[in-house]
Amino acid sequence: MQGPYVDPSPPRLVIDRLRERLPGAVLEVSEFRGEITAVVPRERILEICRFLKDEPEAAFDMLTVLTGLHYLNRDYDYEVLYNLYSIPKNHRLRLKVRLKETETVDSVTPVWSGANWPEREVYDLVGVRFHGHPDLRRIIMPEDYPYHPLRKDFDVEGVPAETRTPGRAASPGFRDMESV
Amino acid sequence: MENLPAPQVPSMRPEPPGTEDALHGDTMVINMGPSHPSTHGVLRLVLTLDGEVVKSVQPHLGYLHRGMEKIAEGMTYNQFVPYTDRLDYLAPLSNNVGYILAVEKLLGITVPPRAQVIRVMCCEIARISAHLLWLGTGALDLGAATVFFHTFRERETLYNIIEALTGARMTTSYTRVGGLMRDLPDGWTDQVRAFLDTFPGMLDEIDSLLTRNRIWMKRTQGVGRIGAPEAIALGLTGPNLRGCGVAHDVRRTEPYSGYDTYDFDVPVGSEGDAYDRYLVRLEEMRQSVRILDQALRRLPGGPIAVDDPKITLPKKERVLTSMEELIEQFMLVTEGIKGPSGEVYHAIEAPKGELGFYIRSEGDKSPYRLQIRSPSFINLQAIETMAVGGLLSDLIAVVASLDPVMGEVDR
Repeated sequence: MQGPYVDPSPPRLVIDRLRERLPGAVLEVSEFRGEITAVVPRERILEICRFLKDEPEAAFDMLTVLTGLHYLNRDYDYEVLYNLYSIPKNHRLRLKVRLKETETVDSVTPVWSGANWPEREVYDLVGVRFHGHPDLRRIIMPEDYPYHPLRKDFDVEGVPAETRTPGRAASPGFRDMESV
Repeated sequence: MENLPAPQVPSMRPEPPGTEDALHGDTMVINMGPSHPSTHGVLRLVLTLDGEVVKSVQPHLGYLHRGMEKIAEGMTYNQFVPYTDRLDYLAPLSNNVGYILAVEKLLGITVPPRAQVIRVMCCEIARISAHLLWLGTGALDLGAATVFFHTFRERETLYNIIEALTGARMTTSYTRVGGLMRDLPDGWTDQVRAFLDTFPGMLDEIDSLLTRNRIWMKRTQGVGRIGAPEAIALGLTGPNLRGCGVAHDVRRTEPYSGYDTYDFDVPVGSEGDAYDRYLVRLEEMRQSVRILDQALRRLPGGPIAVDDPKITLPKKERVLTSMEELIEQFMLVTEGIKGPSGEVYHAIEAPKGELGFYIRSEGDKSPYRLQIRSPSFINLQAIETMAVGGLLSDLIAVVASLDPVMGEVDR
């Protein structure tokens, strides 16, 4: 490891506190390279984020980045990741919610106003819809663009989605060079 | 910063909108950009104006979208390095380092001390060069044309240094997983040393041109003000956050590449206006000079890449004479580096703020998902808070002081 990365023990305490105060709020915890990721129930994201922001031990006052991932052939279609950072405590935590194509997740803009554009970006590029977002429009792609390009069934080459078999991964672009 | 008491300047601001005044009448919607000299690229703003007062700002992004995150999903980790040059194209070296540190965190490797020191120098050279461009063009936007020529002359010296180091002026692609593309060329450190000797004097000159300049103060003081709590909630980072008095710097809080062993200060402002952001960036350049000076003094010898045939290419002489190395090179080039399954986020303090890369790996040679947390994208969100209620001409100062780079916003 180059230089001391953030010590994972304070976020571990935060997870314990979260379990204690909001029972059932933590479904799964994983740790990789000192980073803690907690899977939380989709329905309770707003409550959990409010708690993590207001709880003095957690004090997650900044949402650094919001990431959306699309999966094929899993129980869920999307993962939304909330990378939280606390300036006073100097620790990070990643929350993860999983949802199906038909489901939406509550917008966290009431907690962090800076979630506005990142949520629009996840909606635009991945296709996750955020319930209660003040202005859920596309932000990077043109307004009339029909696809969500970071979905895994969208080709790097931009082949229209209708021409492909549903559920099949898009041709992986440069990835399969050796099989050509 | 405390020893710079701001002289009282009488306000030139009109009464807030809503007061009975001939200036306020029907609102007008105008379009600014994407081709506008003060938007530094392709930022497009749709403004609603009441006279000269900005009632609302609606940014339209995406004119420079190249789908980098999608492209990354089909590339090996090393193949993506040239794309990072094109994020914040004013500080490509810094992006190279930020990306490669995230990959190295995923792989769990540490590069040798020499490579770390060179990377620190890369980051600081990039910071000075990016801040110089911001200073020159920002001042030009507000009508101070002289500064532009001074900063671009110094920037030219830096580009010569970067060209000597990487072979390219802007598209540097200098880092590789596990190390660097190549070692420092002969005489490079002397070139940097010569720059460090003359540069602080030039900064003082700019300081004397702007800091106490009445026009500059009137155009920037109290303009684009944002409070610390609001800035934090919006996710502002870098000089924009430090301008409101929050001493947050990733080099300090989560040191990488040995930043914890360098002696430098984190300048902060107090008002959170365009003038404070100017002062913070000016001081950051001086601090970068200090870091560069320390890096030059301590530059250790030794290898510039990890010695692992699964990560770095073997020496060319060995490839041509030895079977093992030939196989290793062949495998590395055709198969790429396979990362373990997992997800990492690594942030660095880029010139514009926290530049983070989130990598989700499924154990393949390319990432399953690569997310770029670009500071400009998040910082640009603050434009509404900063510009609404101000004058149209102050919007130019706001955009200049926010310092967005559209290559990084649109990705």
